[in-house]
Amino acid sequence: MNSKTALKSLLVASVMSFGFAQGALAQNTVKIGSVLSVTGPSSFLGEPEDKTLRLYVDKINAAGGVAGKKIELVIYDDGGDANKARTFATRLIEDDEVIAMVGGTTTGSTMAMIPVFEEAQVPFISLAGAIEVIDPVRKFVFKTPHTDKMACEKIFEDLKKRNLTKIGLISGTDGFGASMRAQCVKVAPNYGMEILSDESYGPRDSDMTAQLTKIKNTAGVQAVVNPGFGQGPAIVTRNYAQLGMTNIPFYQSHGVASKSFIDLAGAAAEGVRLPAAALLVGDKLPESDPQKKVVTEYKQAYEGATKQSVSTFGGHAYDGLFILVEAMKRANSTDPKKIRDEIEKTKGFVGTGGIVNMSPTDHLGLDLSAFRMLEIKGGDWNLVASGS
Amino acid sequence: MRALLNQRSITLLVLAAVIAALPFVFPSSYYFRVASLVWVSALAAIGLNILMGQAGQVSLGHAAFFGIGAYAVAIGPTHLGIPPWAALLVGAVLSGILAYLVGRPILRLKGHYLAIATLGLGVLVALVITTESRWTGGPDGMPVERLTLFGWRVSGSYTWYWVTGGLLLVGTWIALNLDETPTGRAFRALHDSEVAAQVVGVDVARFKLQAFVIAAIYASLAGSALAFMNGFINPDQAGFLHSVELVTIVVLGGLGSVFGSIVGAAVLITLPQALTIFQEYEHLLLGLIIIVAMIFMRNGIVPSLSGLLVRRARS
Amino acid sequence: MAEFLQFLISGLTVGAVYALVALGFTLIYNASGVVNFAQGEFVMLGGMVTVFVSAAGVPLPLAAVIAIGVAVAIGLLLHRFAIEPARGASAVTLIIITIGASILLRGLAAIVFDKQFHKLPAFTGDTPVDVLGAAVQPQSFWVLGGTAVVVLALYVFLEHTITGKAVLATAANRLAARLVGINTTTIMALAFGGSAAIGAIAGILVTPITLTSYDVGTLLALKGFAAAMLGGMGNPLGAVVGGLLLGLLEAFGAGYISSTYKDAFAFVVILIVLFAAPQGLFGRRVVERV
Repeated sequence: MNSKTALKSLLVASVMSFGFAQGALAQNTVKIGSVLSVTGPSSFLGEPEDKTLRLYVDKINAAGGVAGKKIELVIYDDGGDANKARTFATRLIEDDEVIAMVGGTTTGSTMAMIPVFEEAQVPFISLAGAIEVIDPVRKFVFKTPHTDKMACEKIFEDLKKRNLTKIGLISGTDGFGASMRAQCVKVAPNYGMEILSDESYGPRDSDMTAQLTKIKNTAGVQAVVNPGFGQGPAIVTRNYAQLGMTNIPFYQSHGVASKSFIDLAGAAAEGVRLPAAALLVGDKLPESDPQKKVVTEYKQAYEGATKQSVSTFGGHAYDGLFILVEAMKRANSTDPKKIRDEIEKTKGFVGTGGIVNMSPTDHLGLDLSAFRMLEIKGGDWNLVASGS
Repeated sequence: MRALLNQRSITLLVLAAVIAALPFVFPSSYYFRVASLVWVSALAAIGLNILMGQAGQVSLGHAAFFGIGAYAVAIGPTHLGIPPWAALLVGAVLSGILAYLVGRPILRLKGHYLAIATLGLGVLVALVITTESRWTGGPDGMPVERLTLFGWRVSGSYTWYWVTGGLLLVGTWIALNLDETPTGRAFRALHDSEVAAQVVGVDVARFKLQAFVIAAIYASLAGSALAFMNGFINPDQAGFLHSVELVTIVVLGGLGSVFGSIVGAAVLITLPQALTIFQEYEHLLLGLIIIVAMIFMRNGIVPSLSGLLVRRARS
Repeated sequence: MAEFLQFLISGLTVGAVYALVALGFTLIYNASGVVNFAQGEFVMLGGMVTVFVSAAGVPLPLAAVIAIGVAVAIGLLLHRFAIEPARGASAVTLIIITIGASILLRGLAAIVFDKQFHKLPAFTGDTPVDVLGAAVQPQSFWVLGGTAVVVLALYVFLEHTITGKAVLATAANRLAARLVGINTTTIMALAFGGSAAIGAIAGILVTPITLTSYDVGTLLALKGFAAAMLGGMGNPLGAVVGGLLLGLLEAFGAGYISSTYKDAFAFVVILIVLFAAPQGLFGRRVVERV
């Protein structure tokens, strides 16, 4: 029986071993936590978020930290697995004892982590898209990206202006695509939109011509909307051009708001419209635009440090970090509850995603004006002049 | 026979002692959470091990039953008004029935063909869960009502540590006993050689089906426990990658070793937590450790190490 | 008709990739009895290495050759350091080793390359070709043609060279092959190298259409394995037919039935086939010895 007891102690040792990995807590630091999908199917969202947080926490510390305290950033990678995210959330709260969290790449992992932060009463600024993160409002949960509902509304607003009301939908079956599709179906009647065709594709599918052929052969479709993120929308866009459908206006979502979408879709992306944050068109904003300074500075810093082109996903992390930092300054305290109260009082914060005005009933603080309607022309983003 | 009986009760005692002792060395409730995850995965793995290790049948879709158990306790109370504890039983019964129904045709297949058929079954279940969002909340998952037993609201890492630990003990006890029943012996005969077992009069089809149903019920209960514990569930738990993880736990720990499944779960669940300090090298190391472990302990951690110790004791 | 053709070509193109992955599975399975779940990673390597080497300024054809070389080297390393040391271990142990290898290779690719999506330019332009009303990407012809060449080359190799015959002999009976003087270890190494090359070729051919990233391998391995089983494990012809069939099932399922349930449709057909023919479409019936 010796063998088994020996094994048991081995097991205990393995459970314990990572306890020693914890660094000693210095007194003049505060810990901010983050759980991101740095690997896995949402890694192209999580990676820029990860890089942005690291980059700016270093900058903040180099400039002396927040209220005399340095920030210690603890980032865990959930690999896109909500169950793992939940475990890391517990670890941040119980083991690392963070005072706040900026993270949660996907809606799935955010929703799984929310109970942990609500229970521990620690503020959690999510970087996930879906509206259900902040609706209903939860006391300690905030988010920075525009909701998928807003994206649908912005697209439908634009369609209405162009007198197009009969649309086809092609959405990804991943969390982002499915959630946005549901929102679009829900708000479509408010804008007099009629959905004639409703197709979907798997998150890793490599050919969507079958679905698009069906939409193409549906009589009366005046425009096509593609709620989705990742490489899927790029393939849909290429198949769209392949099938010669470019005479039908085509809308992507904020889920593709990074330069790599244009690179991947190539010439097929010409003429595609999408609602996105001002960050993508920083250089084209008029000098008078209040976001001009913030977005051009972030773009320069990010691209300089990572040699990758900027995406709105990293921007969401930037916004979340600075909303938190400003709240910490105002609270002048490391008490999570006081910081939460100050986050809720965020007013006129100029971020990469828009001007944030939070309130006890609005934990996002962005309205439709935060979205710009963009059109891809000449391999670059262009602002669509209102009224065209 | 007496020695065997002894060995069984000692295994159980050791497990109970470990479950009872760990809380004294755990510095925070995070460790309780990780340990609870180990107990839950171990429970599912022990069930799968009855199918794989004892009856010799590979299943690459076992997370489907895990998912059914998890979604039963999510959907039952939310949409159908079934009390949570009853939903857990409903999930187990549904998993058992599904395993029984599909088991008959599927278990006629051999080796890799069985693997692909179970994989297909798993993909189908996961797809239904992901797609029928009206019921399941779709790819982003859905919240799960807390379990209430006789007016007691079961929540918190500490509570769940004991609940899942208790479940694991019961599951281990049943699996160990099964080992020594005629059914268990029939399973092992199957594992060694199906044809030979048939020749000596074992009703091969019936016993394979039994093992499949038992394994499904184990997974379903583990899934329900995880869903209650998290208060939230999403389709990943029913997916292909989770099936692969369960198989990896079983093989890593040791095919046919109940104890091995627990050790396998402990290693595979705690390793990613321990490896976070290596940042982006985490996955590389995880892969490397799995390869090296399987090369040097090809029968699994527990059988290989205990074999080594036995040889050393003899010499 | 145009619609039918559109689905057909789409299905064949996707199916050709599944076929190549399935062929890789088959080759290794025949030589060693190992089901190699890292097969999808060879496809990933083919695409990613070509992307990064050509981005460094190397002409595309040369980059493709380098990518195949890298994949072959990794295939050989996999055999030498992960499979060979575990010789004689049970089939399921070997499967777990290849799963470990696939996690390792993905982790390595995430560090060496990055976690973004990448594309390659189509070999002969992007202008769609009209085939009786169906719009077809020229790259589709490269994929189909490339697959045909690989299959033919493999056929010639297996049937008309001594080494190829040794591979077949090893597949039929490893012990007997060793008794007649075939070095089965070399044959196994050859199988790993060859199957890595086939995977890499698939990755290079298809990246202009499907894009690539460090983690495309998992799903391809799953689909390729399904295709190999559908055709009948161990039969190269079965692997190719299984792959094409799987691709067609998905395309026609998405086109005519439901795009949401197209994967379900494919797996339901696989299950039905296996219930009717438990050894797959072209599998050998094996008599189990006691």
